[in-house]
Amino acid sequence: MALRSFLVPVTILGLCIAAWAQSPTYGLGNPPSPETIKSLDIAISPDGKELPAGHGTATEGAPLFVQKCAACHGKEGYGGRAPELIKPATPPANQPPCLSPCIRGANVMAIHSPYATTIWDYINRGMPFGKEGSLTPNEVYAITAFLLSKNGVIPETQVVDEKNLPQIKMPNANGYVLPDYKPRAPRPFAKF
Amino acid sequence: MDSKKASRRKFLKGGAAAAAVSAIQSATGQSAIAQTPAPAKRSLKDEVAYGERSPYVNSVRIAVNDRPSPDEFGLTFHVLTPLQDSVGQITPSALHFVGTHRGAIVPDIKPADYRFLLHGMVDRPLEFTLEELKRFPSVSRPHFLECLGNKSRAEHKTVQQTTGLTSCAEWTGVSLSLLLKEVGVQKGANWVVSEGAEEVKGAGSFPLTKAMDDCIVAYGQNGEAIRPQNGYPVRLIVPGFEGIYNTKWLRRMKVVDKYYMTYNDYGHISTDPKVAAFNLQWGPKSVITSPSGGQKLPGHGVYQITGLAWSGGGAVKKVDISFDGGQTWKEAELRGEAHRMAHTRFGMNWKWDGQECVIMSRCTDELGQVQPTRAQLAKIFNQPADYYHDHGVQGTDNTVVPWKIASDGSVTNGIA
Repeated sequence: MALRSFLVPVTILGLCIAAWAQSPTYGLGNPPSPETIKSLDIAISPDGKELPAGHGTATEGAPLFVQKCAACHGKEGYGGRAPELIKPATPPANQPPCLSPCIRGANVMAIHSPYATTIWDYINRGMPFGKEGSLTPNEVYAITAFLLSKNGVIPETQVVDEKNLPQIKMPNANGYVLPDYKPRAPRPFAKF
Repeated sequence: MDSKKASRRKFLKGGAAAAAVSAIQSATGQSAIAQTPAPAKRSLKDEVAYGERSPYVNSVRIAVNDRPSPDEFGLTFHVLTPLQDSVGQITPSALHFVGTHRGAIVPDIKPADYRFLLHGMVDRPLEFTLEELKRFPSVSRPHFLECLGNKSRAEHKTVQQTTGLTSCAEWTGVSLSLLLKEVGVQKGANWVVSEGAEEVKGAGSFPLTKAMDDCIVAYGQNGEAIRPQNGYPVRLIVPGFEGIYNTKWLRRMKVVDKYYMTYNDYGHISTDPKVAAFNLQWGPKSVITSPSGGQKLPGHGVYQITGLAWSGGGAVKKVDISFDGGQTWKEAELRGEAHRMAHTRFGMNWKWDGQECVIMSRCTDELGQVQPTRAQLAKIFNQPADYYHDHGVQGTDNTVVPWKIASDGSVTNGIA
């Protein structure tokens, strides 16, 4: 009993300190509604937790590609002014100059990106040109499946959805390193 | 006709005649008062509302070479600052360089509609209006911005082309670390993802340690609101990092546990640990802005060699100048305050003897990091010394830019 009555005030004191340390100082700004967060939360993690429910196949994506992407990226996904999206088996002669930054060959997104989620993220975020944000989740899944299939990453028949998109094994899955950043420290390797 | 107008016209005509007489008088040295220059052309907007620069000053930005602006889609891509005309350390807002994602539009954001959402691994997600951001204590600091695409090449003719994708402005806003403390960052958080409001919703991931260090959620640029092309009403300043992380038209930041790799990040990743180490944060860098490519020295004699130095690693400690293509170096003067991650003006008195020479500058920052020559960088990547004559520098390019001065005084790109 004596021990308990001693512990209670100590516990309360501990809670107060923790709460004080974490409470805002200025009290400015408003808590966003869950709907506001959901409508803005479009950056897709490699584990895909922000992906909306939906699904699509390469077969469904093919006509969408023609309709929404081919004008800038080329009928076959290459040869347009915008970045190449499908790597041709043999690069055609006399390709038109592409716009800077010029993305072709090994830099094609489905081949270079370590995560399939990055492709979904960008199509959803920034495409099609001039009508950004107009694609439904199913359309984004279908076009993503089409590009992955055309670059030989997944079979044409695979249904891509929010659960298996993050699981797709990308050819460049281990092909990048992050800079070892330390604040206020010299960059490694840079001794001249 | 309005008689007042008519008499005013008469008066002005008389004034012009008087000015002509004055010119003659001053030429003959008759009258000190008559030496006053004629009044400048003026407009009410200029004189009272918002001042214009002199009509004799015509320094302008130009579009980046390899992608015309506007391009065939009607979009403006990167635009270069005229460093060759710069004086001091601050880039006028109207001449600040512009980098865009694929030539993004400049969004029209009404200040009353602006919101900044700070959420993710935090105790209390919050949404701020512009007015609320301004109710926090402000910080004002000069910082350079520089696009990863700022890579000097042998075919570039001027310093605007070799190096014009960097500028320096005084940025005013709220410390990001203060806002992060307001929302309470949770344990396990390691990265932040920031995102713009433009049509491509440009987003990038950078380490939480940087976000908690010295970033600014900025609404001010050089003493006034940020210019639309540079992110009005609010942009992020991530001092010393590649330009792309300094999110314009900032609408959201999410605190997360891991690297997210959105499209912007993906465009900047590398498989080579050395290239990766040279990304994210700029190394020490400098360039001579005068004399520089395209200029001509009228003859031998006394000149000022001057330029700008900066580093993503902190303040500029010293700048050296070489006159023999990098074999020997002489320390220049710092001719302005050396602020952290900010353009710093350097200079040196120089007597040109009329002989052909190659001049270049080299920056050392407060961390002791030294700006490399192209040959030194090539060595790190096990390439021949002249490798970067035909190849672009991998990652951020902070290599020394040489200018060749011919015996007739003409200055050209000296990249060998």
